[in-house]
Amino acid sequence: MTDTTSGFGTGFETLAGARSSTTEGGVGTSPERPDGVLKVTGDFAYASDLWRDDMLWGVTLRSPHPHARIRGIDLTEALTLPGVFAVLTHEDVPGRKTYGLEHQDQPVLAIDTVRYQGEPVALVAADHPEVARRAAARIAVDYELLEPVTDAVAALAPESPQVHAAGNLVRHVKVRRGDRTVRGEVVVSGDYEVGMQDQAFLGPESGLAVPDGLGGVDLLVATQWLHVDQRQVCSALGLRPDQVRLQLAGVGGAFGGREDLSMHVHGCLLALHTGKPVKMVYNREESFFGHVHRHPARMHYEYGADRDGRLVHATVTIHLDGGAYASSTPAVVGNAGTMGLGPYEIPNVEVDCFGAYTNNPPCGAMRGFGSVQAAFAIEAVMDRLADAVGLDPVEIRVRNGFHEGSVAPTGQVVDSAAPVAELMQRLQAMPLPPGGAELDLRRLPGGVSNTTHGEGVRRGVGYAVAYKNVGFSEGFDDYSTARVRLFAAGGVPMVTVHTAAAEVGQGLVTVEQQIARTELGVDVVVLAAKDTQVGSAGSSSASRQTYVTGGAVKAACESVRRLTLTMAATRLGRDVDDLRLEHGDVVDRTGGTVVALADLLGDAAVEDTVEWRHRTTYPIDPETGQGDAHVQYAFAAHRAVVDVDVELGLVKVVELACTQDVGKAVNPQAVVGQIQGGSTQGLGLALMEEIQVVDGKVTNPSFTDYLIPTILDVPPMPIEVLEYADPHAPYGVRGVGEAPTISSGPAVLAAVRAATGIDVRRVPVRPEDLTGTR
Amino acid sequence: MRVTVTVNGERRTADDVWEGESLLHVLRERLGLPGSKNACEQGECGSCTVYLDGVTCCACLVAAGQADGREVTTVESLGDAEALHPLQRAFVDAGAVQCGFCTPGLLVAAHDLLARDPDPEDSDIREALAGNLCRCTGYEKIIDAVHLAAERMAAPADGGAR
Ligand code: FES
Ligand code: FES
Repeated sequence: MTDTTSGFGTGFETLAGARSSTTEGGVGTSPERPDGVLKVTGDFAYASDLWRDDMLWGVTLRSPHPHARIRGIDLTEALTLPGVFAVLTHEDVPGRKTYGLEHQDQPVLAIDTVRYQGEPVALVAADHPEVARRAAARIAVDYELLEPVTDAVAALAPESPQVHAAGNLVRHVKVRRGDRTVRGEVVVSGDYEVGMQDQAFLGPESGLAVPDGLGGVDLLVATQWLHVDQRQVCSALGLRPDQVRLQLAGVGGAFGGREDLSMHVHGCLLALHTGKPVKMVYNREESFFGHVHRHPARMHYEYGADRDGRLVHATVTIHLDGGAYASSTPAVVGNAGTMGLGPYEIPNVEVDCFGAYTNNPPCGAMRGFGSVQAAFAIEAVMDRLADAVGLDPVEIRVRNGFHEGSVAPTGQVVDSAAPVAELMQRLQAMPLPPGGAELDLRRLPGGVSNTTHGEGVRRGVGYAVAYKNVGFSEGFDDYSTARVRLFAAGGVPMVTVHTAAAEVGQGLVTVEQQIARTELGVDVVVLAAKDTQVGSAGSSSASRQTYVTGGAVKAACESVRRLTLTMAATRLGRDVDDLRLEHGDVVDRTGGTVVALADLLGDAAVEDTVEWRHRTTYPIDPETGQGDAHVQYAFAAHRAVVDVDVELGLVKVVELACTQDVGKAVNPQAVVGQIQGGSTQGLGLALMEEIQVVDGKVTNPSFTDYLIPTILDVPPMPIEVLEYADPHAPYGVRGVGEAPTISSGPAVLAAVRAATGIDVRRVPVRPEDLTGTR
Repeated sequence: MRVTVTVNGERRTADDVWEGESLLHVLRERLGLPGSKNACEQGECGSCTVYLDGVTCCACLVAAGQADGREVTTVESLGDAEALHPLQRAFVDAGAVQCGFCTPGLLVAAHDLLARDPDPEDSDIREALAGNLCRCTGYEKIIDAVHLAAERMAAPADGGAR
């Protein structure tokens, strides 16, 4: 077996009375995922697998230029190609011609200007994908090239050309706390830079739009949030929600990249125009242009401490390049601004975080959402400060780290567990991997390429901490809806759970079943298709679904349980408070069966639909950034061990250990999966992943040139999971998915610095940064 | 053109195939076998891994015409819901499946590995699966799954390979 351990530490006892002992496969266990067998047999229907006999294929013509005026579009040559059914431009968009998550600034199809390379200009539907592609190539677009704005800092200077009429500033978040004239005795400062990362989910953007013959349309699509899609599609098509029905098709990963629309409106437009089902599937190159990316960042950090290494002040400026359209840039700026000082107590702070429009690819949501970029700077500065005052990297974090009761730079009190010190100390106590990689050359930097037999290889160890807000912040009405139905069929009690929460791979479907089993004591839990026939579940992002949709399913189950027990009490003349549901029966206090659920229910069903909200958050003050903006914080920490071939600049991560507090591990196996997957994406950003943009153009839109970690790049990942229940959250859960993506990269960078002695300040780190040949 | 292939033991014919179509496209769109995945169509991700005359390859890099008259084996032939192959069962049990888009290709590649080496070390597994990208799992549970399948296949009598 692998040389990896995954342990679960002993946190506080779980709160909130999870009744997992009564039913197998409930909360706290790792039952088989309901889509597992389908996925290993090839029978699971991903969005790109959908098919109708008479369907057409849709393709998108995209702008080759990052900034241009459109003088005219000639469709004649495209329309005359046999097999072509429709060629559409912005003139064919019947409703609102622009859309967007926060600002509706993005054209469905370019109107008179294109603002980024890859912006959709026209659509084609044809009977074969190649015919559609050839027709698209015959569309003649007359572009007048404009100078692109390509630098997010320069974009905010008054003399910069404007990407949008209202100016290039998307949002400026200020955080001010304490006395800004107070300075620490020991001060370190520096400029840090993070490149543009891609979500690189494996399942390409795809969907199938099916016209209903009555002017409406059904859209099956891979997405993260059905209802926000529905709202935007309705607006663009000028249709009512009952005319635009969405259903989740199988999703091949998401990581933020499916929060914005991709083919949604385009597919529906073509379907409504042709009266036929239309399938659209992006290939990998198009996928790089078909979704937003992680914001590249330029950051100036200055931290000051006293001689004992206690933080005194921080002055920080962050610039995030939002690209051509807003997407979720305002919220990313909000996160990077309010969370951008790390999980450390700092009495005097001044943060300015800017998001700018440019003619670079649009950026928006990606796992870690603003916190990832900041962590590279924060953790580097903390290490330098440790050096300056003579502490080790663990001790400086222990000394300054948040604990319950700490006050964040926004003034918000951290009102549940914040075990930064324990996470660090547990990491330090984990055994280090042995040296002697020479046993197997494949474990050295360069690996199977056989570039070294150990000469020039130096080892380094580095640490980093992450914290991340869970759920949507700053006063957003962040809720989920669950419909739960308890019934009996063939003498067996069953539950149906219906939510619109997108399963993107994380295993939410398993969690929904587990919660229903625990709350209703019923083994068989059927999940209804994820669609817009039930209320919104919010987005599968922000580490929020187990918390929020989990909360909704729990609340709906509790309601159904109350109704069922009341029915039993009334019918049997019992006191309702003496009754419980267990193992498919109504039982009394002694656990003795009062009545079998199937007998009680007969042909009747008990059903309820519940909208559930986490506690309220509040906007921040626009001048000071003060306010209770966040729902909950998640904490993780990493220790990276790397070997660096200092002659070639090649890095091999030897081990990536993680400790994380998850509040309550609803599904321990899925928790470990999230941590390992998230850690790997952070490793990728640290060492290899960057969309390279030159003069507004992407130079590496392929998996040949955009590298994501392979199985050879990823080391063993020992994990310790802590479970300090959050009393505000259902079962005490704390969002899991994002925190590991935040600290793993900074830990790798710290280890690279330790191995090489080179103060690397830009990620991803390139070989030439380590060999001095740049 | 017409393309005839023996897929999973069955002779299949596709008509009106455009010369530029890949074997992957023909399998997925013409023969009703979408199990092999289309994550990159550039030969970089391994999600389309199939056997062609017993040798693993990326179906997206094989022109459909090149496969004419040859034998193709896809993930669909490994096992079905009633009778999973031990590798399929191990991937589910070990938590090696998240979104699952990489899974069919990984299963075929791991199947090929275990046929050559029934008890591989970690490093052997990493080397053998290096052409298969997974964005969700960080690969650790995939390694666990291959070991688990190897163990169960070595000792089928103990009922491990359900
Ligand atoms: S789809 Fe064939 S290698 Fe990626
Ligand atoms: S499980 Fe999603 S790509 Fe591997």
